[in-house]
Amino acid sequence: MAQDLNRLKESASQTAGPYVHIGLTPNFCGIEGIFPDDLGASLVSDQTKGERISVVIRVFDGTGSVLKDALVETWQADAEGLYNSPSETRGAADPAFSGWGRFPSDMESGEIRFETIKPGPVPFPGGRMMAPHINLWIVARGINLGLATRLYFGDEEAANAEDPVLARIEHRNRVPTLIASRDGDIYTFDIHLQGEMETVFFDI
Amino acid sequence: MKNQRPETGGFFQRDRAWQPPALTPLYKTSVVRSPQKAPIAFPHTPSEITGPTFGHGILGALDNDLTLNHARSGESAIGPRIIVYGRVLDENARPVPNVLVEFWQANAGGRYRHKKDGYLAPLDPNFGGCGRTITDEDGNYSFRTIMPGAYPWPNGINDWRPAHIHFSVFGHGFVQRLITQMYFEGDPMIWKCPIVGTIPDRRAIEGLIAALDMEATVPMDARAYKFDIVLRGRRSTLFENRMEGN
Ligand SMILES: [Fe+2]
Repeated sequence: MAQDLNRLKESASQTAGPYVHIGLTPNFCGIEGIFPDDLGASLVSDQTKGERISVVIRVFDGTGSVLKDALVETWQADAEGLYNSPSETRGAADPAFSGWGRFPSDMESGEIRFETIKPGPVPFPGGRMMAPHINLWIVARGINLGLATRLYFGDEEAANAEDPVLARIEHRNRVPTLIASRDGDIYTFDIHLQGEMETVFFDI
Repeated sequence: MKNQRPETGGFFQRDRAWQPPALTPLYKTSVVRSPQKAPIAFPHTPSEITGPTFGHGILGALDNDLTLNHARSGESAIGPRIIVYGRVLDENARPVPNVLVEFWQANAGGRYRHKKDGYLAPLDPNFGGCGRTITDEDGNYSFRTIMPGAYPWPNGINDWRPAHIHFSVFGHGFVQRLITQMYFEGDPMIWKCPIVGTIPDRRAIEGLIAALDMEATVPMDARAYKFDIVLRGRRSTLFENRMEGN
Protein backbone atom coordinates (compact mmCIF):
# COMPACT_ATOMS: atom_id res chain seq x y z
CA MET A 1 0.00 0.00 0.00
CA ALA A 2 1.12 3.51 -0.79
CA GLN A 3 0.20 6.70 1.03
CA ASP A 4 -3.37 7.94 0.98
CA LEU A 5 -3.93 10.88 -1.37
CA ASN A 6 -6.59 12.20 1.04
CA ARG A 7 -8.94 13.05 -1.77
CA LEU A 8 -12.72 12.84 -1.61
CA LYS A 9 -15.07 11.60 -4.30
CA GLU A 10 -17.51 14.01 -5.92
CA SER A 11 -21.04 13.59 -4.56
CA ALA A 12 -23.12 11.47 -6.91
CA SER A 13 -25.60 13.39 -9.03
CA GLN A 14 -29.33 12.67 -8.94
CA THR A 15 -31.95 13.88 -11.36
CA ALA A 16 -33.42 17.33 -10.81
CA GLY A 17 -36.81 15.64 -11.16
CA PRO A 18 -40.16 17.00 -12.30
CA TYR A 19 -40.42 19.55 -9.49
CA VAL A 20 -37.10 21.31 -10.01
CA HIS A 21 -39.05 24.57 -10.37
CA ILE A 22 -39.97 24.55 -6.70
CA GLY A 23 -36.34 24.89 -5.73
CA LEU A 24 -34.86 26.89 -8.59
CA THR A 25 -37.68 28.99 -10.05
CA PRO A 26 -40.40 29.00 -7.37
CA ASN A 27 -42.10 32.16 -8.60
CA PHE A 28 -42.36 30.62 -12.08
CA CYS A 29 -44.35 27.69 -10.65
CA GLY A 30 -46.62 29.80 -8.47
CA ILE A 31 -44.78 29.72 -5.14
CA GLU A 32 -44.67 33.42 -4.42
CA GLY A 33 -43.61 35.29 -1.33
CA ILE A 34 -40.60 33.19 -0.35
CA PHE A 35 -38.03 34.76 -2.69
CA PRO A 36 -38.68 38.19 -4.22
CA ASP A 37 -37.84 36.89 -7.70
CA ASP A 38 -36.32 33.91 -9.48
CA LEU A 39 -32.53 34.08 -9.71
CA GLY A 40 -31.13 34.43 -13.22
CA ALA A 41 -34.46 35.33 -14.79
CA SER A 42 -32.97 38.31 -16.62
CA LEU A 43 -29.47 38.97 -17.87
CA VAL A 44 -29.37 42.46 -19.31
CA SER A 45 -30.15 45.93 -18.02
CA ASP A 46 -29.95 49.35 -19.68
CA GLN A 47 -26.35 49.60 -18.49
CA THR A 48 -25.16 46.32 -20.01
CA LYS A 49 -22.66 46.82 -22.83
CA GLY A 50 -22.90 44.89 -26.06
CA GLU A 51 -25.17 43.83 -28.90
CA ARG A 52 -28.65 42.84 -27.72
CA ILE A 53 -29.80 39.47 -28.97
CA SER A 54 -32.67 37.10 -28.26
CA VAL A 55 -32.16 33.37 -27.87
CA VAL A 56 -34.81 30.68 -28.27
CA ILE A 57 -33.94 27.21 -27.00
CA ARG A 58 -35.95 24.01 -27.17
CA VAL A 59 -34.92 20.62 -25.81
CA PHE A 60 -36.16 17.46 -27.58
CA ASP A 61 -36.19 13.86 -26.40
CA GLY A 62 -35.44 10.76 -28.47
CA THR A 63 -39.02 10.58 -29.77
CA GLY A 64 -38.83 14.12 -31.14
CA SER A 65 -41.08 15.51 -28.40
CA VAL A 66 -40.17 18.84 -26.84
CA LEU A 67 -39.44 18.77 -23.09
CA LYS A 68 -41.79 20.91 -21.07
CA ASP A 69 -40.04 20.29 -17.76
CA ALA A 70 -36.41 21.07 -18.57
CA LEU A 71 -34.32 23.77 -16.94
CA VAL A 72 -31.37 25.38 -18.71
CA GLU A 73 -28.69 27.51 -17.08
CA THR A 74 -26.54 29.77 -19.22
CA TRP A 75 -23.06 31.12 -18.51
CA GLN A 76 -21.34 33.50 -20.85
CA ALA A 77 -18.68 36.15 -21.13
CA ASP A 78 -19.48 39.83 -21.53
CA ALA A 79 -19.15 41.73 -24.79
CA GLU A 80 -15.37 41.93 -24.30
CA GLY A 81 -14.98 38.19 -23.65
CA LEU A 82 -14.54 38.52 -19.86
CA TYR A 83 -16.40 36.47 -17.27
CA ASN A 84 -17.93 38.13 -14.21
CA SER A 85 -16.22 35.76 -11.77
CA PRO A 86 -13.46 35.90 -9.14
CA SER A 87 -11.68 33.22 -11.18
CA GLU A 88 -11.42 35.55 -14.17
CA THR A 89 -7.77 36.64 -14.33
CA ARG A 90 -7.74 38.62 -17.58
CA GLY A 91 -9.52 41.76 -16.42
CA ALA A 92 -12.71 43.15 -14.94
CA ALA A 93 -15.96 42.18 -16.62
CA ASP A 94 -18.88 44.55 -17.27
CA PRO A 95 -20.36 45.12 -13.77
CA ALA A 96 -23.81 45.43 -15.39
CA PHE A 97 -23.69 41.86 -16.70
CA SER A 98 -23.56 38.83 -14.39
CA GLY A 99 -23.33 36.42 -17.33
CA TRP A 100 -25.52 33.79 -15.68
CA GLY A 101 -29.11 32.94 -16.48
CA ARG A 102 -31.59 30.27 -15.44
CA PHE A 103 -34.57 29.43 -17.63
CA PRO A 104 -37.31 26.81 -17.24
CA SER A 105 -39.02 25.47 -20.35
CA ASP A 106 -42.46 26.89 -20.85
CA MET A 107 -44.86 24.31 -19.41
CA GLU A 108 -47.11 24.50 -22.50
CA SER A 109 -44.82 25.12 -25.48
CA GLY A 110 -41.52 23.84 -24.12
CA GLU A 111 -39.85 27.00 -25.37
CA ILE A 112 -37.16 28.98 -23.57
CA ARG A 113 -36.71 32.58 -24.69
CA PHE A 114 -34.34 35.14 -23.19
CA GLU A 115 -32.57 38.37 -23.96
CA THR A 116 -28.82 38.69 -23.60
CA ILE A 117 -25.81 40.20 -25.32
CA LYS A 118 -23.51 38.58 -27.81
CA PRO A 119 -20.42 37.46 -25.86
CA GLY A 120 -16.90 38.34 -26.94
CA PRO A 121 -14.28 35.71 -27.72
CA VAL A 122 -12.51 33.79 -24.92
CA PRO A 123 -9.08 32.15 -25.21
CA PHE A 124 -8.36 28.43 -25.29
CA PRO A 125 -5.27 27.19 -23.38
CA GLY A 126 -2.24 28.26 -25.38
CA GLY A 127 -3.82 31.53 -26.47
CA ARG A 128 -5.85 30.67 -29.60
CA MET A 129 -9.26 32.32 -29.44
CA MET A 130 -12.50 30.41 -29.24
CA ALA A 131 -15.49 31.63 -31.20
CA PRO A 132 -18.15 33.47 -29.16
CA HIS A 133 -20.35 30.99 -27.33
CA ILE A 134 -22.82 30.56 -24.48
CA ASN A 135 -22.20 27.64 -22.11
CA LEU A 136 -25.35 25.66 -21.35
CA TRP A 137 -26.18 23.25 -18.55
CA ILE A 138 -29.36 21.22 -18.91
CA VAL A 139 -31.23 19.36 -16.19
CA ALA A 140 -34.63 17.68 -16.16
CA ARG A 141 -36.56 14.65 -15.03
CA GLY A 142 -34.87 11.65 -16.67
CA ILE A 143 -31.44 13.32 -16.85
CA ASN A 144 -29.24 11.75 -14.17
CA LEU A 145 -26.27 14.11 -14.53
CA GLY A 146 -26.59 17.67 -15.84
CA LEU A 147 -25.61 17.92 -19.51
CA ALA A 148 -23.05 20.46 -20.71
CA THR A 149 -23.03 21.89 -24.19
CA ARG A 150 -22.34 25.19 -25.96
CA LEU A 151 -24.34 27.48 -28.18
CA TYR A 152 -22.26 28.97 -31.00
CA PHE A 153 -23.56 31.66 -33.36
CA GLY A 154 -24.43 30.92 -36.98
CA ASP A 155 -23.24 34.31 -38.23
CA GLU A 156 -19.72 33.77 -36.84
CA GLU A 157 -18.66 31.42 -39.62
CA ALA A 158 -15.01 32.48 -39.73
CA ALA A 159 -14.56 32.31 -35.94
CA ASN A 160 -16.44 29.00 -35.74
CA ALA A 161 -14.15 27.52 -38.38
CA GLU A 162 -11.13 28.37 -36.19
CA ASP A 163 -12.67 27.32 -32.87
CA PRO A 164 -10.43 24.80 -31.07
CA VAL A 165 -13.36 23.12 -29.25
CA LEU A 166 -15.44 22.63 -32.40
CA ALA A 167 -12.23 21.31 -33.99
CA ARG A 168 -12.25 18.44 -31.50
CA ILE A 169 -15.45 17.03 -32.93
CA GLU A 170 -14.34 14.05 -34.99
CA HIS A 171 -17.64 13.58 -36.82
CA ARG A 172 -17.84 16.89 -38.69
CA ASN A 173 -21.50 16.40 -39.56
CA ARG A 174 -22.26 16.86 -35.83
CA VAL A 175 -20.73 20.35 -35.61
CA PRO A 176 -23.95 22.08 -36.78
CA THR A 177 -25.75 20.70 -33.69
CA LEU A 178 -23.88 23.39 -31.71
CA ILE A 179 -24.62 26.32 -33.99
CA ALA A 180 -27.67 28.51 -33.47
CA SER A 181 -29.27 29.92 -36.59
CA ARG A 182 -29.82 33.66 -36.80
CA ASP A 183 -33.00 35.33 -38.04
CA GLY A 184 -32.91 39.07 -37.42
CA ASP A 185 -31.63 39.41 -33.85
CA ILE A 186 -33.12 36.06 -32.77
CA TYR A 187 -30.96 32.98 -32.49
CA THR A 188 -32.73 29.62 -32.42
CA PHE A 189 -31.06 26.61 -30.86
CA ASP A 190 -32.64 23.16 -30.73
CA ILE A 191 -31.06 20.63 -28.39
CA HIS A 192 -31.64 16.97 -29.23
CA LEU A 193 -30.92 14.66 -26.32
CA GLN A 194 -30.88 11.64 -28.58
CA GLY A 195 -31.35 10.45 -32.16
CA GLU A 196 -30.03 11.33 -35.61
CA MET A 197 -29.45 14.95 -34.67
CA GLU A 198 -28.14 14.28 -31.14
CA THR A 199 -26.47 17.45 -29.87
CA VAL A 200 -22.78 17.25 -29.02
CA PHE A 201 -22.41 17.21 -25.25
CA PHE A 202 -19.16 17.78 -23.43
CA ASP A 203 -17.23 15.77 -20.87
CA ILE A 204 -15.81 18.77 -19.07
CA MET B 1 0.12 25.69 -0.03
CA LYS B 2 1.38 29.17 -0.81
CA ASN B 3 3.01 28.24 -4.10
CA GLN B 4 -0.41 27.65 -5.65
CA ARG B 5 -2.19 30.26 -7.62
CA PRO B 6 -5.64 30.77 -6.18
CA GLU B 7 -8.72 29.38 -7.89
CA THR B 8 -7.66 29.50 -11.49
CA GLY B 9 -6.70 25.91 -12.32
CA GLY B 10 -8.84 23.49 -14.29
CA PHE B 11 -10.85 20.82 -12.53
CA PHE B 12 -10.18 17.12 -12.08
CA GLN B 13 -11.70 14.88 -14.67
CA ARG B 14 -15.17 13.80 -13.63
CA ASP B 15 -15.32 10.11 -12.65
CA ARG B 16 -18.06 8.89 -14.96
CA ALA B 17 -17.89 5.37 -13.55
CA TRP B 18 -18.86 6.81 -10.14
CA GLN B 19 -21.59 9.11 -11.43
CA PRO B 20 -24.83 7.61 -12.76
CA PRO B 21 -24.76 6.86 -16.49
CA ALA B 22 -27.24 8.67 -18.73
CA LEU B 23 -29.14 5.52 -19.73
CA THR B 24 -30.63 3.74 -16.73
CA PRO B 25 -33.61 1.69 -18.02
CA LEU B 26 -35.05 0.96 -14.56
CA TYR B 27 -35.61 4.73 -14.31
CA LYS B 28 -37.82 4.74 -17.36
CA THR B 29 -37.80 8.44 -18.20
CA SER B 30 -34.05 8.26 -18.80
CA VAL B 31 -34.54 5.98 -21.81
CA VAL B 32 -35.51 8.72 -24.29
CA ARG B 33 -33.67 11.51 -22.48
CA SER B 34 -30.20 9.96 -22.43
CA PRO B 35 -27.55 10.97 -24.97
CA GLN B 36 -26.15 7.89 -26.68
CA LYS B 37 -22.98 9.32 -28.15
CA ALA B 38 -19.82 9.82 -26.13
CA PRO B 39 -19.44 13.31 -24.65
CA ILE B 40 -16.40 15.14 -25.99
CA ALA B 41 -13.60 16.29 -23.68
CA PHE B 42 -11.30 19.28 -23.98
CA PRO B 43 -8.94 21.10 -21.60
CA HIS B 44 -10.64 23.65 -19.39
CA THR B 45 -10.81 27.21 -20.60
CA PRO B 46 -12.10 30.31 -18.76
CA SER B 47 -15.61 29.17 -19.80
CA GLU B 48 -15.32 26.14 -17.52
CA ILE B 49 -13.02 27.55 -14.81
CA THR B 50 -15.12 30.59 -13.99
CA GLY B 51 -18.60 30.59 -12.54
CA PRO B 52 -21.26 32.93 -11.19
CA THR B 53 -21.22 34.25 -7.63
CA PHE B 54 -24.06 35.19 -5.33
CA GLY B 55 -23.82 37.69 -2.53
CA HIS B 56 -25.17 37.10 0.97
CA GLY B 57 -27.33 40.16 0.27
CA ILE B 58 -29.77 38.09 -1.79
CA LEU B 59 -30.77 36.09 1.28
CA GLY B 60 -33.90 36.87 3.24
CA ALA B 61 -34.14 36.17 6.96
CA LEU B 62 -36.29 33.04 6.49
CA ASP B 63 -34.68 31.67 3.35
CA ASN B 64 -33.06 28.91 5.40
CA ASP B 65 -36.16 28.05 7.45
CA LEU B 66 -38.72 26.01 5.53
CA THR B 67 -40.83 25.60 8.68
CA LEU B 68 -41.57 29.34 8.60
CA ASN B 69 -40.87 30.80 5.14
CA HIS B 70 -44.31 29.96 3.76
CA ALA B 71 -46.22 29.91 7.06
CA ARG B 72 -48.90 32.26 8.28
CA SER B 73 -47.86 34.50 11.13
CA GLY B 74 -47.65 32.50 14.34
CA GLU B 75 -47.95 29.15 12.57
CA SER B 76 -45.44 26.70 11.11
CA ALA B 77 -45.24 23.73 8.77
CA ILE B 78 -46.53 20.35 9.93
CA GLY B 79 -44.05 17.51 10.33
CA PRO B 80 -41.09 16.30 12.35
CA ARG B 81 -38.84 19.31 12.85
CA ILE B 82 -35.26 18.83 11.68
CA ILE B 83 -32.07 20.79 11.08
CA VAL B 84 -29.93 19.85 8.09
CA TYR B 85 -26.35 21.01 8.25
CA GLY B 86 -23.01 20.22 6.69
CA ARG B 87 -20.19 21.51 4.56
CA VAL B 88 -19.58 21.97 0.89
CA LEU B 89 -16.12 20.57 0.19
CA ASP B 90 -14.12 19.83 -2.93
CA GLU B 91 -12.30 16.64 -3.87
CA ASN B 92 -9.16 18.09 -2.26
CA ALA B 93 -11.14 18.06 1.02
CA ARG B 94 -11.01 21.86 1.11
CA PRO B 95 -14.11 23.87 2.05
CA VAL B 96 -15.92 25.71 -0.74
CA PRO B 97 -16.90 29.08 0.78
CA ASN B 98 -19.53 31.59 -0.39
CA VAL B 99 -21.46 29.32 -2.75
CA LEU B 100 -25.21 29.20 -3.22
CA VAL B 101 -26.97 26.07 -1.92
CA GLU B 102 -30.65 25.65 -2.82
CA PHE B 103 -32.99 22.93 -1.58
CA TRP B 104 -36.54 21.79 -2.22
CA GLN B 105 -38.70 18.98 -0.96
CA ALA B 106 -42.16 17.48 -0.51
CA ASN B 107 -44.15 18.17 2.64
CA ALA B 108 -44.49 15.74 5.55
CA GLY B 109 -47.14 13.78 3.64
CA GLY B 110 -44.99 13.43 0.53
CA ARG B 111 -46.81 16.08 -1.53
CA TYR B 112 -45.14 18.83 -3.56
CA ARG B 113 -46.58 22.30 -4.02
CA HIS B 114 -46.60 21.92 -7.82
CA LYS B 115 -49.42 21.68 -10.31
CA LYS B 116 -47.92 18.51 -11.79
CA ASP B 117 -48.16 16.67 -8.45
CA GLY B 118 -51.53 15.01 -7.99
CA TYR B 119 -50.71 12.73 -5.06
CA LEU B 120 -53.57 12.05 -2.63
CA ALA B 121 -51.68 13.46 0.33
CA PRO B 122 -52.82 17.03 1.09
CA LEU B 123 -50.88 20.24 0.75
CA ASP B 124 -49.85 21.94 3.97
CA PRO B 125 -50.89 25.61 3.69
CA ASN B 126 -47.92 26.53 5.85
CA PHE B 127 -45.31 24.74 3.75
CA GLY B 128 -43.87 26.03 0.45
CA GLY B 129 -41.02 23.56 0.09
CA CYS B 130 -38.01 25.62 -0.96
CA GLY B 131 -35.11 27.38 0.70
CA ARG B 132 -31.58 28.57 0.08
CA THR B 133 -28.42 29.67 1.81
CA ILE B 134 -24.80 30.54 1.06
CA THR B 135 -21.86 28.71 2.60
CA ASP B 136 -19.70 30.56 5.11
CA GLU B 137 -15.91 30.95 4.97
CA ASP B 138 -15.46 27.34 6.11
CA GLY B 139 -17.97 25.92 3.63
CA ASN B 140 -20.67 25.45 6.30
CA TYR B 141 -24.38 25.67 5.62
CA SER B 142 -27.51 24.81 7.61
CA PHE B 143 -31.26 25.12 7.43
CA ARG B 144 -34.41 24.18 9.28
CA THR B 145 -37.18 22.16 7.73
CA ILE B 146 -39.57 19.30 8.37
CA MET B 147 -38.91 15.66 7.50
CA PRO B 148 -40.34 15.10 4.00
CA GLY B 149 -42.63 12.14 3.39
CA ALA B 150 -42.03 9.25 1.00
CA TYR B 151 -44.24 9.35 -2.08
CA PRO B 152 -45.31 7.07 -4.94
CA TRP B 153 -44.36 7.97 -8.51
CA PRO B 154 -45.24 6.65 -11.94
CA ASN B 155 -42.42 4.35 -13.02
CA GLY B 156 -43.27 0.78 -12.10
CA ILE B 157 -46.77 0.22 -10.72
CA ASN B 158 -45.52 0.41 -7.14
CA ASP B 159 -42.38 2.57 -7.02
CA TRP B 160 -41.88 4.93 -4.09
CA ARG B 161 -39.30 7.60 -3.51
CA PRO B 162 -37.54 7.42 -0.16
CA ALA B 163 -37.81 10.57 1.93
CA HIS B 164 -35.39 13.02 0.32
CA ILE B 165 -34.40 16.65 -0.05
CA HIS B 166 -33.25 17.93 -3.46
CA PHE B 167 -30.04 20.00 -3.46
CA SER B 168 -28.61 22.35 -6.06
CA VAL B 169 -25.05 23.53 -5.43
CA PHE B 170 -22.75 25.98 -7.18
CA GLY B 171 -18.98 25.81 -6.99
CA HIS B 172 -16.51 28.45 -8.06
CA GLY B 173 -16.37 27.08 -11.62
CA PHE B 174 -19.42 26.39 -13.76
CA VAL B 175 -18.37 22.76 -14.34
CA GLN B 176 -18.65 22.11 -10.59
CA ARG B 177 -22.40 22.68 -10.87
CA LEU B 178 -24.25 19.80 -9.21
CA ILE B 179 -27.81 18.72 -8.47
CA THR B 180 -28.34 15.80 -6.14
CA GLN B 181 -30.66 14.44 -3.45
CA MET B 182 -30.14 13.83 0.26
CA TYR B 183 -31.54 10.71 1.91
CA PHE B 184 -32.01 9.88 5.59
CA GLU B 185 -30.01 7.38 7.64
CA GLY B 186 -31.84 4.14 8.29
CA ASP B 187 -34.56 4.52 5.63
CA PRO B 188 -35.24 1.08 4.10
CA MET B 189 -36.85 2.73 1.05
CA ILE B 190 -33.45 4.01 -0.20
CA TRP B 191 -32.44 0.59 -1.46
CA LYS B 192 -35.72 0.01 -3.32
CA CYS B 193 -35.65 3.24 -5.36
CA PRO B 194 -34.90 3.12 -9.11
CA ILE B 195 -33.59 6.70 -9.05
CA VAL B 196 -31.15 5.92 -6.24
CA GLY B 197 -30.35 2.77 -8.22
CA THR B 198 -29.05 4.82 -11.15
CA ILE B 199 -25.87 5.25 -9.08
CA PRO B 200 -23.67 2.25 -9.80
CA ASP B 201 -21.43 2.28 -6.72
CA ARG B 202 -22.90 1.55 -3.28
CA ARG B 203 -20.33 3.86 -1.65
CA ALA B 204 -21.53 6.73 -3.83
CA ILE B 205 -25.10 6.10 -2.63
CA GLU B 206 -23.94 6.02 0.98
CA GLY B 207 -22.39 9.42 0.34
CA LEU B 208 -25.89 10.81 -0.20
CA ILE B 209 -27.30 9.50 3.09
CA ALA B 210 -27.35 12.12 5.84
CA ALA B 211 -26.36 10.94 9.31
CA LEU B 212 -28.53 11.52 12.35
CA ASP B 213 -26.45 13.67 14.72
CA MET B 214 -27.84 13.71 18.25
CA GLU B 215 -25.04 16.04 19.39
CA ALA B 216 -26.23 18.74 16.99
CA THR B 217 -29.88 18.19 17.90
CA VAL B 218 -31.62 21.09 19.64
CA PRO B 219 -33.30 19.52 22.69
CA MET B 220 -37.09 19.82 22.78
CA ASP B 221 -37.01 21.35 19.28
CA ALA B 222 -35.41 19.63 16.28
CA ARG B 223 -33.24 16.65 15.45
CA ALA B 224 -30.18 17.26 13.29
CA TYR B 225 -28.93 15.51 10.16
CA LYS B 226 -25.44 16.07 8.81
CA PHE B 227 -24.98 16.15 5.04
CA ASP B 228 -21.66 17.08 3.42
CA ILE B 229 -21.54 17.72 -0.32
CA VAL B 230 -18.39 17.20 -2.38
CA LEU B 231 -17.78 19.17 -5.57
CA ARG B 232 -15.08 18.53 -8.13
CA GLY B 233 -11.55 19.48 -7.06
CA ARG B 234 -9.44 22.09 -8.76
CA ARG B 235 -6.07 21.21 -10.17
CA SER B 236 -3.27 23.05 -8.42
CA THR B 237 -1.00 24.82 -10.86
CA LEU B 238 2.31 23.83 -9.28
CA PHE B 239 3.73 23.37 -12.74
CA GLU B 240 2.43 25.05 -15.86
CA ASN B 241 1.53 22.93 -18.85
CA ARG B 242 3.45 24.37 -21.79
CA MET B 243 2.40 21.66 -24.21
CA GLU B 244 -0.88 23.09 -25.43
CA GLY B 245 -1.32 25.06 -28.60
CA ASN B 246 1.65 24.05 -30.81
FE1 LIG C 1 -38.50 14.58 -5.13
